[in-house]
This record gives sequence, structure tokens and C-alpha cells, in this order.
Amino acid sequence: MLRLLRFLAPYRPTLALVLVLAFLQSLANLSLPRLMADIVDVGVVKGDSSYIFRTGGVMLLIAFAGTACAVTASFFSAKIAIGFGRIIREKIFTHVENFSLHEFDTFGTASLITRTTNDPTQIQQVLTMIFNMTITAPMMVIGGVILALTQDATLTWVLVAVMPAVAALFLVIMRKAIPLYQVIQVKIDKLNLILDEALGGVRVIRAFDRGAHEHRRFDVANLDLTDTSIKVNRIMAFMMPGMMLTLNFTSVAILWFGSIRVNQGDMPIGSLIAFLQYATFILWSVLMMTVMFVMLPRAAASATRINEVLDVTPEINDPAQPQSPGVQRGFVQFDGVTFSYPGAEEPALCDVSFSAEPGEVTAIIGGTGSGKSTLVNLIPRFYDVDKGRILVNGVDVREMLQADLRSKIGFVPQRAVLFSGVIADNIRYGKGDASEAELQHAADVAQATEFVAAMSDGLGSVIAQGGINLSGGQKQRLSIARALVKKPEIYVFDDSFSALDFATDAKVRAALKGETTGATVFIVSQRVGTIMDADRIIVLDEGRVVGIGKHRDLLDSCTVYREIVESQISLREAA
Amino acid sequence: MIERGTRRPGAGQPSGPMGRWGPMSGFGMPVEKPKNVRGTTGRLLGYFKPMRYQLLAVLIAAVFGTLFNVIGPKILGLATTRLFEGILAKSHGTGAVDFGYIARILLIVVGLYAVSALFLYFQQYLMAGVAQNTVYAMRKKVEEKFERLPLKFYDSRTHGEILSRAVNDMDSISSTLQQNLTQLITSIVTVVGVIVLMLTISPLLTVVVALTLPVSLFITATIAKRSQTFFRRQQMSLGQLNGHVEEMYTGHKIVKAFGHEGQAVAEFKEFNDQYYQAGWRAQFATGIIMPIMNFVGNVGYVFVAVIGGIMVTQRAIAIGDVQAFIQYSRQFSQPIMQLSSIANTIQLTLASAERVFELLDEEEEAPDTADARTIAEPRGAVQFDHVKFSSKSDVPLIEDLSIDVDPGQTIAIVGPTGAGKTTLVNLLMRFYDVNGGAIRVDGIDIRELERGSLRRMFGMVLQDTWLFTGTIRDNIAYGRDDATAEDVVRAAKAAQADHFIRTLPDSYDTVLTEQATNLSQGQKQLLTIARAFLADPAILILDEATSSVDTRTEVLIQEAMAHLMRGRTSFVIAHRLSTIRNADSILVMHHGSIVEQGSHKELLSKNGFYAELYNSQFSGRVLEEAAA
Repeated sequence: MLRLLRFLAPYRPTLALVLVLAFLQSLANLSLPRLMADIVDVGVVKGDSSYIFRTGGVMLLIAFAGTACAVTASFFSAKIAIGFGRIIREKIFTHVENFSLHEFDTFGTASLITRTTNDPTQIQQVLTMIFNMTITAPMMVIGGVILALTQDATLTWVLVAVMPAVAALFLVIMRKAIPLYQVIQVKIDKLNLILDEALGGVRVIRAFDRGAHEHRRFDVANLDLTDTSIKVNRIMAFMMPGMMLTLNFTSVAILWFGSIRVNQGDMPIGSLIAFLQYATFILWSVLMMTVMFVMLPRAAASATRINEVLDVTPEINDPAQPQSPGVQRGFVQFDGVTFSYPGAEEPALCDVSFSAEPGEVTAIIGGTGSGKSTLVNLIPRFYDVDKGRILVNGVDVREMLQADLRSKIGFVPQRAVLFSGVIADNIRYGKGDASEAELQHAADVAQATEFVAAMSDGLGSVIAQGGINLSGGQKQRLSIARALVKKPEIYVFDDSFSALDFATDAKVRAALKGETTGATVFIVSQRVGTIMDADRIIVLDEGRVVGIGKHRDLLDSCTVYREIVESQISLREAA
Repeated sequence: MIERGTRRPGAGQPSGPMGRWGPMSGFGMPVEKPKNVRGTTGRLLGYFKPMRYQLLAVLIAAVFGTLFNVIGPKILGLATTRLFEGILAKSHGTGAVDFGYIARILLIVVGLYAVSALFLYFQQYLMAGVAQNTVYAMRKKVEEKFERLPLKFYDSRTHGEILSRAVNDMDSISSTLQQNLTQLITSIVTVVGVIVLMLTISPLLTVVVALTLPVSLFITATIAKRSQTFFRRQQMSLGQLNGHVEEMYTGHKIVKAFGHEGQAVAEFKEFNDQYYQAGWRAQFATGIIMPIMNFVGNVGYVFVAVIGGIMVTQRAIAIGDVQAFIQYSRQFSQPIMQLSSIANTIQLTLASAERVFELLDEEEEAPDTADARTIAEPRGAVQFDHVKFSSKSDVPLIEDLSIDVDPGQTIAIVGPTGAGKTTLVNLLMRFYDVNGGAIRVDGIDIRELERGSLRRMFGMVLQDTWLFTGTIRDNIAYGRDDATAEDVVRAAKAAQADHFIRTLPDSYDTVLTEQATNLSQGQKQLLTIARAFLADPAILILDEATSSVDTRTEVLIQEAMAHLMRGRTSFVIAHRLSTIRNADSILVMHHGSIVEQGSHKELLSKNGFYAELYNSQFSGRVLEEAAA
């Protein structure tokens, strides 16, 4: 938490101003009972009404000045709190954009989203709470005690004795309640999960006629949650009555001991009345400060999560002296490449070597987890290899600028990701200044024209966030078009025909052929039909190359390849 | 586990210790208004009926607890007055301070405060039971409703939408019932009590204090109105900001692959700045309400001090009364502010309750008829007799389908991906009713059968392998409550799943995690096959699609499915040539409707859609080469 506060640096003078204003405001609030005491002790006792009016006027002025301070402080503190959130958010987002896929995956998308959106908001909220409610509290306590001392030192002891009692009462109840609130959250999640599963599996539940079983499961969780909720609320039931009792008993004690002091002539009666008000101010402020101690852990947890992100140093960086790209185009060479995902026992790829040239199609096939996707993810340097090297146009990818390297590659991922906006913008993502004709052409090749035309606004049709208004196949076709419009030297299709039906798959590939003649093409696929025609098929099995060659050769020479082919088209029925 | 398009709705901030603590939380935020306040309130109150006596006790405790507390300052004032008089008398040498009287007064007050605290505790204690049990009953009702809703309901809404009503809305009802209902009572009693007590002391001073009320209400309303615009803008820009982050992170690989990091950051900064601009204004607007209310309160305080002081000098009231008044004027504004924020919360809660009631009012599936039949020993004969069916958009999916399926026969369903195979499942299982014609099982119209008994005759092995969190054993035994451990193992063996299950750390007791990420897609499918084995249905609905399954598991699945189909009537969403060719009949689907029907040979000779599909999918060349 404290470490994050360094981002408050630009606000340091403003913060100082807010503190001063808060101090003045506390002073104003505290001086009112003091003046009120004067009205009683001087004005009332002596029957001096003009003194009473004059003092009343001064009180109004002070009240006004105090409010002016508070409003000004509120203006600046709003800017600080929200501005602080803005700074943190920006730091995180900018930092995460530099993450390699590995760093990104260590957190996971969902977690990073929470850390960028929810956590800063959480901190921002606590900060506003502190500004609005608790910033004046310590000043009120200190100022209140000082003023109380000037009125009557002995009576002040009553207050000092009660202050820890208020804090302790609050903390003891919270200490019992907070763990229970956490338990409740877990139980709510559990209930959510059961409902979520019931919704997702509604067909299965009904198919198996298991409604009653689901009811029982839900009821157990529901009852469990209810019991804990009752328990925690019964603990919390102590809070308000307990606090009020403490405050009220304090008033009674002050009146009793004060009466004795007044009787002995040690203090005037107005001071006694003022004292009662100080007691309320001070104890309320102590409570506010204690509340802060409960709020802070929440903010601290968020701060820790944020710091975890900020502490990561991206491991893939541009070289200090990048090599200028040569005159070659589209040459890709793997030279003894071995790669393991961090923390993995076995390498995902082991000693892979091959080279590909412009005009060639290289296909990669293998079972799940054989390293197909890993292999093509290394080409745009999403990860760095452990051993060996990858050369693009004769230059090691680690010695090029990432931007230069990636500008040569048209990447079509396994899971088609589109961005909200119109279709044209999504295709244009590949080439910012693409003309209408270029967009149209890319859509044609990707076999997207037909369904795009069927949409209300053609290329201008809006894609919802996550592309939920498109089918998987449509998204894949747009994501292919996006790579095509770039006219890159190297194409990478990472299992990106999987959601297409066979007919469309065939059409896309036929159209692609004309488009990619001068380029180097990599295709990852599980379907034999998709890759049969490749110039080079790389067969992977558990990260190792078990065969490289053309379809016909591999059928003879490579057992794994034959197994894959057989599983897709049974030999017996073909015969 | 089926894919979930929507993310789970934010499980909601815990309605935790500080959930609604801030007196000003949410002040000035735009509030969603319920449509029918009276109806919804009445209906919500109806849920309290079983607990009306406890609720009455809560009410009484709240009223007495507050009253005893409110009366305190007035009595304390008596002590101060007596002290003042005593001091005055003493200074004139005519008497002394009556400490006996003061002590008696203070003891009475201590007693009052103690009783008040007891009542207030009692009230909160009881309310916990009342509120939580009420919510328990509502949640239960919603869950039970889920079972009676037709599939149509689920298919036309996202899970997130439904869950948000069952969970988030319910949560907000829960915390309102717990906290705000009693607050409402105590605030009203406090305001009324304070006014009455002030009136008994001095009507003039009461008017002075009461005048601050319309002033503060006016100020709050003015500020709140302005801040609503900012809050709306803040919410909107926060939504955009979060949406942007979500998109950029989900597409991180693409952003990197296309070198768009800089652009992503630039856009982010823009959204972030918009949020800041709206955010600090909204924050400022809320932030000044407190100080300004405080100012109004202070002005009232000064007037009480001055006027009260003058009145004391004129012997119009006693000094202790001024002291009591000052305490009352402070106690006065707080419950009023609380009341206006409670009013907001209650509106929100009523809107939530309305959404929950909407859910409860959804049209239900027609219940089984009283004379619904069951088939004790199903043979598995299925007959489609001129079946007509159209989707909600009135597109006819099935125009006139008639097939007779004998027990043990296999029907293959083929067509491009997403061709609407669920339609068939929906009709056979009677998740949807046909629009015309009839479906008969063993000669009985399925609408005359008990739904449960009909569905138990079927077994489903679909690509959306639905598994729930729990052990593997529980998942396999899902179809039969009375299954023994041996039954489960036997089923797993038959489904070729026994081996991989035993390689898992806890074997059959391995707990599947939320997304069942500890299993591969193929393994999950084997488990659902095992589940079908154990349920031993007469009729099967199978999906052969195995796109994300590795070669070895694929072979296991093929064998297991073949084994499962033996002797059962099977409807297979077919992707394999052998299945299609050996099927007794083939249904060809396109764009969700059945376009052709017949045996493999018949369909080929028709040279229609099936023939085209067949030729593109199983192009002769692959087969030749594979054979070579």
C-alpha cells in the first residue's frame, strides 16, 4: 500500500493543502462549543445579551469559514483520489501492454483485468472515504483533547479513558465478524456455482430427471449461507447499541464528575456543556479512525495485487543495437530450437530444425499438446527459445526490433479474437491505411463477403464486444481477412480453420493459394485434409519432430502421421 | 462442461462490514426506479408473513429502544439545570448543589440507556433471523422455479442475465432487509421523538431547529440532481474503460502480433481521462453534501445557543434545556440524512425485487397431466409422425417429418457444423413441444408420458460435456442414485475411462474443478459415456464431433460409443463415414432444418445436398491415398 503512494508524488502540494484545510475545518468545528461555553459562562451568567449576540455572530463566521475550508478541501481531495486512480490504472495498463505472452499467462487474463479495473477503483474508493470521513478525525481527536485540557484537565481523563474502549469494542466485534464475512463470500460463490451449473446443465439435469437432486444440493448451500449470515449479523448486532451505550455512559460520567468540579468552583458550567460536545466529537472521530483500520486491509490487498503486476519486468525486450533487416524476404529458419514453458518439467519443443522459403507452405500436425501452436508462437517471438535460434531473413529474431519482426508476419490465432467496432475497422487492424478495395479483397479471399453482405451494414456492421454476434466460423474468416490485408511476408495460421465446415475450409484454402504465392506460409491443423497439399509437413509428437516431408512420403515413413490419418479416415472403410 | 458465453456476473461486492457504512454512500447517484412500488412492496412484505410475530417484536424493540435513547438528553438536562441553580444559590449564599437529586437523575438515565441498548440489540438480533430466513425462502423459491421453466426460457437468455437476478438482486434484497428496514424504523422514531421532546421544552427553539430541515433537504436535492449527471457519465466512462481493458487483454496476442500496443495505450489514456473528468466531479459533488449539511446544522446550533442563552437570561427556559436542545439539534439532522439515503436504497431494492418477481412470474412448462403414463420396460421404438416444428422466429425447422425407428436402429444426422442438432434433442426429450404431428415412443405420444419417465429413457453424450464440481464417481453416478461403487467402475470400464481415471491422483474420488480443467476434452467425453452406460437408457443421442480430441483418446471414444450403441436405438450426430453408411436412416440438416431423409444409397442417388456434402467432406482422393 505504502509503495503505491509514491504515485501520489504529483499531488504532494495539493495533498498538503488538503491537510491544512482539514486542520482549519477541525479547528472551526471545535471552537464552536468553546464559544458556546463563553455564551453560558459570560453572557448567561451575567445576563449580558449583547455579548451573547456578538459571540453568536463570531460563531456564524467561524462556521462559515470552516465550511468554506471543507468544500475547498473536498474539491482538491476529489481530484487527488480520482487522479490517483487514474495514475495507477495507466501505470498498470501501460506495463501490461509490454508483457510477453508468458508474463501475461502467469497472471491470466481474468486476473489481469481485475487488477487493472477493479483494484485501482477499490483503492480510489478507500482514498475518497478517507478524505471524506477520516482525514479530519485525528485532528479532531488531538485538537479536541487539547481544548478539553484547557477547559478542565481532570475531566479530560474521563475522555482519554473512554477512547481506547471505543476502539477496542469496534475492533473486537470486527475481528469476529470479518472472517465470517469472508466465509459468507465463499458460500455465496458456492451458491452461484451450483446455480451456474444448473443453468449450464439444464438439459442434462432434465434428461436424467435429476431436479430433486439439484434442489437438495442447492438447499444445503442455501441453508448453510443463511446460517452463517444470521450468525454474523447477530455479532454485528452488538455494534450500534454498544457504541451508543459507551457514548451515553460517557456523557453521564462527564456530567457527574463535572458537577463535582463545577461545585468546587474548578470549572464554569458552560465548559461542562462544551465538554459534553467534545466528548461526542472525539469519540466519533476515534470511531472513524478505527473504521479506517478496517478499510485499509481491503485497499492493501488490492495494492498488493497491483504491485505484483508492476513488479514484473518484461523479459522480452528490444535489443540495444537492433540488426537492420536484410534484403531477404520471408526466410524462416529454426536451428536446433528447444523451448520449455517456465516451470514445466518437459520441454514443449525439443531440438526442432527446419527452414522455410517464400512460396512454400509448411504444415504442422500432431496430437493435442504435441507443441504445434508453441512452434508457430515462437516465430513472432511471443516467447524466447531456451536453446538454438530462430532466424528470419537470416537475422536472429532476438536481434530485431519486435515491431519490425511482427510487421512481417500475418498471424491468425487459434481462437479468433475480434474487437468491438465495425467489421471494416477489424480488418483494417492489419493495415491502418487499407483502402476500401483492399478490405473488400481480403474479405473475398477469406470467404467472408457473403455473410458480411448479409449483415445490415455490410463492412460497416458493428461487432459486439467479444464478437458475440458472430459465429465461430465467421470470426475465423474475419481474422483471416485481417491478416491478409497486411500482405505480410510470412503467414501463420494457427489451427485457424477449425471452426469452418469442410466445404468453407476448402474454399478458403483454394482462394488463399492465389494470395500467398510469394509468401512463406505456416499452417497448424488437426485435419489431414487441410494440410495434405503442403510442401512440407512437420509431424510433432510430444515436442519432437518425428517426421518432415510430403503427405505421400510420410504415409510410408511416419507411424504417427499414419495413425493420425487413420483416425480421421478409417482404412477399412476406404478399402 | 458447456462453454459459457458470458462471464459470470460480478459475484457482487460482499455486503460486508463496511458495505453500507458510510452515511453518504451512494448519495446523489442515479437510482433505478421500480415500476410498481405498491404491488412490489406488498408482495415483498408477503414473504414476511411466516415471521410476522418476530417482525412485530422487532418493531416494538426498535420503537422502545429508540424512545429510551431519545429521552436521555432531556432528563440529563434536569441534572444540569439543578446544578446551575445550585451554583447560583451557592454564589448568593442561599443554598448548595443538590447532589442527591443529580445522582438520582443520572442513575435513571443510566438505566434508560442500558434498557435502550438492550432493546436495540434484541431488535438487531431478531432481525438477523427474520431477514435471512426470508431471503432463504425467496432464493429457494427462485431455484424451484428454475425447474419448472421451459427450455425456451433458458435458450432465449444468457446465464449471466438469469444469474444476476437470482444472485445479485437477491443479495441486495438481503442486505436491505437486514440493515435498512430497522434503520428506517429507528430513524423515523428518532425524528418524531426528538421533535416531540423539543416541543415540550421550547416551541420557539423547535421552530428554529426545524427550519434547518427544508434548507438541508433543498440543498441536498439540488446537489444530488447535479451530481446524477456526473455519476451517469462516470458509470458510462468506467464501463468503456473496463470494456477496453477487457478487450485488449483478451486479445493481447493479437495486439502484440499486429504491433498495436501503442494504440491500445493511447486509447486507454483517453478513456481513463474521460473517467477522471467525470469521476472527480461526481466525487466532489458528493463530497460537499456533508460539509454543507454540517454548516446548516451549525447555523441551527448557533441560533439555539444565542436564542437559548437569551431565553435563559430571561428565565424563559432552564440552562439544562439549552444543553438538551443542543444535543437534540445534533441528533436531528443525522436520521434525516439517513432517511433520504434509505429511500434511495429501498427504491433500488424494490427494483431488484421486481426483477426477481418477474422471474417468478415467467410462464411455466405445462405440468404433466394427471393421467400421465410411464413405460416400465421401454423397447426403444420411436416414431415421428408428420412432425412440424418452428423456432421462435417462426422459421419452420421441420416441415413434415415422418420416420419409423425400430428398437435398436441407428439414425444418423448429418449436416454442416451448427446445423441445429439441438432441435432434435429438444423435440425427442420434449424440451420443446412439436407444433404439429406427434412423436411416439413405443407407440405412446410423448406428451402423454410423464416428463421424467420419458427423459430417463434417453441417454445423451454430447460435445457439451456437462460435468459438475464433485468427484468423478458422483459425476458418473449422476444418472442413478442407487449405483454402487462396482456399478460405477463397471460403467467406466465399459466406457474405456477406467484406465485414465486410475491414473488421476485420487482415482474415482478425484474432484473435478469448476471448469473441469484437470481433464482433457476427450476424457470428459469418456466420463459422459460412462454416465450413459450406468444410466442404461433404451434410446441414445450421441454427438460424434471430436474436434479437440487427440488421436489416441479419439480411438477410445469411438470404441466406447460403438459399445454403448449396441442394442439401443441411437440418434447420432454423425461425422464418421462408417456411422453414416451403416445407419438405418440419415437425416440431412442444413441451416437448422431437415432438408433430406433416407438411406446412404438413396440420398447419393438423389444427388442433392447430401451428395454434395458427402463429396466435399470425404473427397475420394483422401480415401485413395489413405488406402495406398
